[in-house]
Amino acid sequence: MATLTYRDALNVALREEMARDDRVFLMGEEVAEYDGAYKVSRGLLKEFGPKRVVDTPIAELGFAGIGVGAAMVGLRPVIEMMTWNFALLAIDQIVNSAAKMRYMSGGQVGVPIVFRGPGGAALQLGAQHSQAFESYYAHIPGLKVIAPATPADAKGLLKAAIRDEDPVVFIEGEMLYNLKGEVPDGDHVTPIGKADIKRAGKDVTIICHSKTVAPSLKAAEALAAEGVDAEVIDLRTIRPLDVDTILESVARTNRCVVAEEGWPFAGVGAQVVDTIQREAFDALDAPILRVTGADVPMPYNKVLERAAKVDAAKIQDAAKKVLYL
Amino acid sequence: MATKIVMEALSPTMEEGRLVEWKKAEGQPVAAGDVLAEVETDKAVMELVARAAGVLLKQTVAAGATVPVSSLVGWIGQPGEAVPDGASGPATGAAAPAGASAAGAAPAAGSAAPAAGGTAAGAASAGVGAGAGAAGAAGAAGAAGAAGAAGAAQGGAAGAGAGAATAPAGRVKASPLARRIAADKGVDLTRVTGSGPEGRVIKRDLDRAPAAAAAPTRAVTRRRPDGPPFEDTPLTQIRKTIAKRLVQSIGPIPTFYLTTEIDMERAADLREQIKATQGDAVKVSFNDLVVRAVALTLVEHRACNAWWLDDKIRYWNEVHVSMAVAVPDGLITPVIRNADLKSLTEIGAESRELAGRARERKLKPEEYTGGTFSISNLGMFDIEHFTAVINPPEAGILAVGSIATVPAVVGGQVVPRKRMRVTMSCDHRVIDGATGAEFLKTLKQLLENPISLVW
Repeated sequence: MATLTYRDALNVALREEMARDDRVFLMGEEVAEYDGAYKVSRGLLKEFGPKRVVDTPIAELGFAGIGVGAAMVGLRPVIEMMTWNFALLAIDQIVNSAAKMRYMSGGQVGVPIVFRGPGGAALQLGAQHSQAFESYYAHIPGLKVIAPATPADAKGLLKAAIRDEDPVVFIEGEMLYNLKGEVPDGDHVTPIGKADIKRAGKDVTIICHSKTVAPSLKAAEALAAEGVDAEVIDLRTIRPLDVDTILESVARTNRCVVAEEGWPFAGVGAQVVDTIQREAFDALDAPILRVTGADVPMPYNKVLERAAKVDAAKIQDAAKKVLYL
Repeated sequence: MATKIVMEALSPTMEEGRLVEWKKAEGQPVAAGDVLAEVETDKAVMELVARAAGVLLKQTVAAGATVPVSSLVGWIGQPGEAVPDGASGPATGAAAPAGASAAGAAPAAGSAAPAAGGTAAGAASAGVGAGAGAAGAAGAAGAAGAAGAAGAAQGGAAGAGAGAATAPAGRVKASPLARRIAADKGVDLTRVTGSGPEGRVIKRDLDRAPAAAAAPTRAVTRRRPDGPPFEDTPLTQIRKTIAKRLVQSIGPIPTFYLTTEIDMERAADLREQIKATQGDAVKVSFNDLVVRAVALTLVEHRACNAWWLDDKIRYWNEVHVSMAVAVPDGLITPVIRNADLKSLTEIGAESRELAGRARERKLKPEEYTGGTFSISNLGMFDIEHFTAVINPPEAGILAVGSIATVPAVVGGQVVPRKRMRVTMSCDHRVIDGATGAEFLKTLKQLLENPISLVW
């Protein structure tokens, strides 16, 4: 087991999958000659050559469409969006072509493609470059949506995404690229659709994913100091949602907080809460609370930006509220 | 012209009524004679019927609220008709369907529609149209206006929710989990004090609550010592009326008396056996048996283990038996605390010790206050039967007569039997005749089968 950054864990996953299957290729802005804007594709051009690591013009809709076509005829493209903010330009290909092709062809044509890149806010990048898009894509039947929080899950889930027969939206955390963690060597594949209990507890379930996992774990530690034993569930895959793990946990704790980086309205947490109230109504001892980014375009001002983001204190506060503490 | 709906006097003595449930929603058509709502009077739950036809324009009183007779509870009129002085928001969280659909169909534009709908023509289509027009007029400020409207709509909903929540209890608030646990344990949620927001019963309250008293006739319900000491219950309309009317008749404590004769043969046998096996080491008197039997009976009949506190009744889960002791110039009632949790010998030792110090006037105030039920025993004076005076705020006292050998019919034969007559004085504001009778029935069963007093 090696200690890698999240960035390098993704790089390892790409390299291993490209070596394993010569149908896999990487395409996007600056992925080849520049080794990737965030260096996720470092060394891949050198290793696999320009036919399999392809630089594109700044034309997201175009190269997303090329990727969809390549997938339809048998290749397994990995399309890098420099960030998910730019994928707004390509959303027609992702939603209308990739997601619907299997259904509209009566099952004849699948689209085994991965769209990947960093999502979420970093620091002071302004309203147009600071947004979490998980709920956008999770809304679409036909797409799978993955958002790993740790280097090990980044590797295992990217490998699973590349091997999947259907389109996968793979949202990395821009602020997680330097996060270090132990990553299993070799063919480590994490199943899609399985949440992970990052911390076991009995008093309250904190459900989170991607960038909210670390603050949730920090909140759990702070709660432990107050005598509250919190369980932290990392969804890892947003769609399909791991309903079983969520319900099993809430059945034990009877209390729940759902944290996410994105906006509150129609967010991932809204779907989680809907599932819990319907499937685990009799297990609830208190209303579920959500912790989300503020319902505003991300402010550029540093103080306001910090106030708009989810942090450990907000999660801790919500957990205490659902515990009536 | 809209017609008022008022709280009607549905019984001759009714002065106020609790609106249990609305049977018609705002905006629903109503024919004269239709049931509008259920109302709890001082006697029963009755129906409040419509005196006019049209639609139910407005509910001005939320379900659960108690209001005096002839006060306004709502309005009936023609669809879209304005309610006089109807500036206030809807009484319940369920807004009129027209307003709700307008807000839902036009979230960006509906800013003015729900607010204006009440006073202007209130049909759904009109609401949407007005809202769209408003948005058009607002022009560039549209987005900001929409955000403001959403905020206002949410604020309104929250306000209505809080209003409904503070209405007097009628429905017990409990979390889904608490309801499931209560159903599993057979616990009556109305008897549980909720510790959640606004008194909501949650899981931890049930972890403390005693299990249901669904015991077989002969088995004795025992109290778990870790529950809350008591639970206060607001007076229902019927209890208020009983209290008021009976105080006028026999006041200030409207007392009635229930007498039963208890066969004490087995109790006497038990004492003989204890004496034979334990000698002088263990002393158990008839009085100790009665105290223990009363204490166990009170656990099962909490309705008799209560205090009258004028605006509410305090039902005690703990059992503290006051014991009348004659002293040179009067009497005093030392209290055997948690008597239901004490053995016969503990009760015996404690009552003798307390009675001794009572005669020496050495009791501390906390030792002769705080009882939940009293016993007065004049058996040693050879009094067959008497009535005792209630020791307020307690609701009951048991007068215990002498044990006499009298002719009794057992199995069709007249035989001499040791019998004891007891009379319970009951505060009718708390205890009804049948309630007191049930108490005496259990007490009689216990004393006639005293083996269950031993463990």
